[in-house]
Parts: sequence; C-alpha cells; structure tokens
Amino acid sequence: MNAQPARPAPSGAFEYLTTKKDEFVGWARKFSLFPYPFVTACCAMEFMSVSATLYDTDRFGAALPRFTPRQSDLLMVVGTVTHKQAPVLKKVYEQMCEPKWVIAFGVCATSGGFYQNYAALPGIDRIIPVDLYIPGCPPRPEMVIDGIMKLQDKIARERHPIITDRF
Amino acid sequence: MNEAVFAQVREHVGAVAREAAVTNGVLALLIEPASLLEVVRALKNAFGFDMFLDVTAVDWPGREPRFDVVWHFYSTKHFVRVRVKTRVAVADPTVDTLAPFYGSARFMERECHEMYGIVFRGNDDLRPILLYEGFEGYPLRKDYPKQKEQPLVPYRDAKP
Repeated sequence: MNAQPARPAPSGAFEYLTTKKDEFVGWARKFSLFPYPFVTACCAMEFMSVSATLYDTDRFGAALPRFTPRQSDLLMVVGTVTHKQAPVLKKVYEQMCEPKWVIAFGVCATSGGFYQNYAALPGIDRIIPVDLYIPGCPPRPEMVIDGIMKLQDKIARERHPIITDRF
Repeated sequence: MNEAVFAQVREHVGAVAREAAVTNGVLALLIEPASLLEVVRALKNAFGFDMFLDVTAVDWPGREPRFDVVWHFYSTKHFVRVRVKTRVAVADPTVDTLAPFYGSARFMERECHEMYGIVFRGNDDLRPILLYEGFEGYPLRKDYPKQKEQPLVPYRDAKP
C-alpha cells in the first residue's frame, strides 16, 4: 500500500470570487484607516474617550494613530485652528500621501464655532478640502462613531483609481 | 495685616497718587504716567512687591484719555496685591517699561503692545508674541472690526 497524502476533495464551491476593482479596493481601504490626529483644543478629551476602550474606534480599523502625516491617510482635525496655525495644518495636509480623507471634528474645526474673531480660522474648509463634518461642542462619541461609519460608506462607494493625475 | 501694609503704601505714595482705595482686598492706585517708575520702585524696594503679575489695558472709547494701563503686583512677603492704573491718550499711548524691575515684564508688555497698541518706552523688543508678523491693527481695541480676518493661508476659492 503506498500512502498518498490526503488532499481535500475539490467541492467546486467558493473557489473563486468575482468583484469589481473599486469595490474591492474600497472595501480594503475603508477598514484600514490610519488617522493622524491634529489635536489642538478641548475636543481632544472627547477624542481620547472615543479612542479608548469604552467606545473603541479600533473596531473600525481606525484606531492606530500615526504621528507622522506621511504614514496616515485620515486627517482628523480636532479643535480650534487659529490663523497663526493654519500654515501648519496646510503643510500637514500636503505631506499626506494619496488617497487621503479629512474629518473636521467638532464645531470649531467645522466653522470656527463661537470663535468669530481676529484669531480663529472660521472652518478648516477655508484652506483644505473636508470629507466629513462632525458637529458638536464637543461631539458625543456616538456621533464620532457614526461619522467614521459614514466616512467608511463614502470610501466604499468612491472610485479608487490605481493611477491618478497626481501619481 | 493687609491694612497695615496698605496704610504704609498710601502714606508713601499719597503725594503722587490721584486715588488710592482698597477694593476687594486689593489696593488700587491711580497715578500719572510720569510717576510710574517712582511708584513701582517704591513698591518693589520698600514694600516687598516682588512679583509682577500682569500688565494689560482697558479701552474706553469716547473717553479722553482713552486707555487705562493696569499693572498688578503681588508681595510674597506680605501676601497682598496692589493694582496700579494710569491713563494714556490714543494719540500717544506711551508709558515706561518695567523691564528693569521685573524681567517678566518684557513678555507681558509685548502682549499688551500687540493687543492694545500701548508703547512701552525702553522695551526694545515689542515684536508680536501671540499674534503673527504682519498682523495689522490692535484686535482688542473696541474699534477693531469683530469679524475682520487676516488669514496667513489664502482661502480656497470654492467652499463646498
């Protein structure tokens, strides 16, 4: 008797999947967000809360903060941005590789909030494009989680060109 | 104990102070700009007011002279505070610097200068400290437009 190695019999089911490139790449990208937290003000407390165990953004694959913009693809602007700080934010955004998304976290990053004065930038969308706004002063963790899920939906529905005009 | 110190201070500077009243446990002196150095020297050397707490200004639009310049000092010997006020006109908002007495006055005078336009004679470094280079105007004056913006980064054209 010569022993043959045991091989599972091909069943003919689930050996291949067919999908579209954009759906597949979008599915991969939406679960591998690497956020860069640009944290300037009191919303940071809520950001810590939503990142920590109780609310746990790790569930969405959006937990591991990269503290260099060059390794991240999600810019979370958390808190008030002043005119003096605007060049820094612009430079951080420009250092990030494509593809990249931006969340305005809290009302100050969204519109300046109640800081309608000489010092504050009235919304970061004056200087960089924003994909998602999360209102609130500060936003509840549930709103942040809802925002991240909406951003994931947006990423899943997007076109994901392999070669763009910027690459 | 506060009253004893305050009585001594009042006796000492009474000749140059236009007002000297105790409000909320703080001795408030109103003096002429010309006698500032004399009063502060006495406060520091004779009465132990060795901590410079703050210098700021108050804008009274319509009043002449328009600005109050306000200093606060604290005595770590007697545990009391004193407030020194003087009035300057908008045409020449100049007072003497206190940097020779208190080193920390250099930074606080920079802030007061950029926010209110008060000039501190003798402080050779009145660059902006909280604002940025190129900022025009004095934002905490009452006649500064509330929503005027002086952005450093040009705005994007289309706001989504």
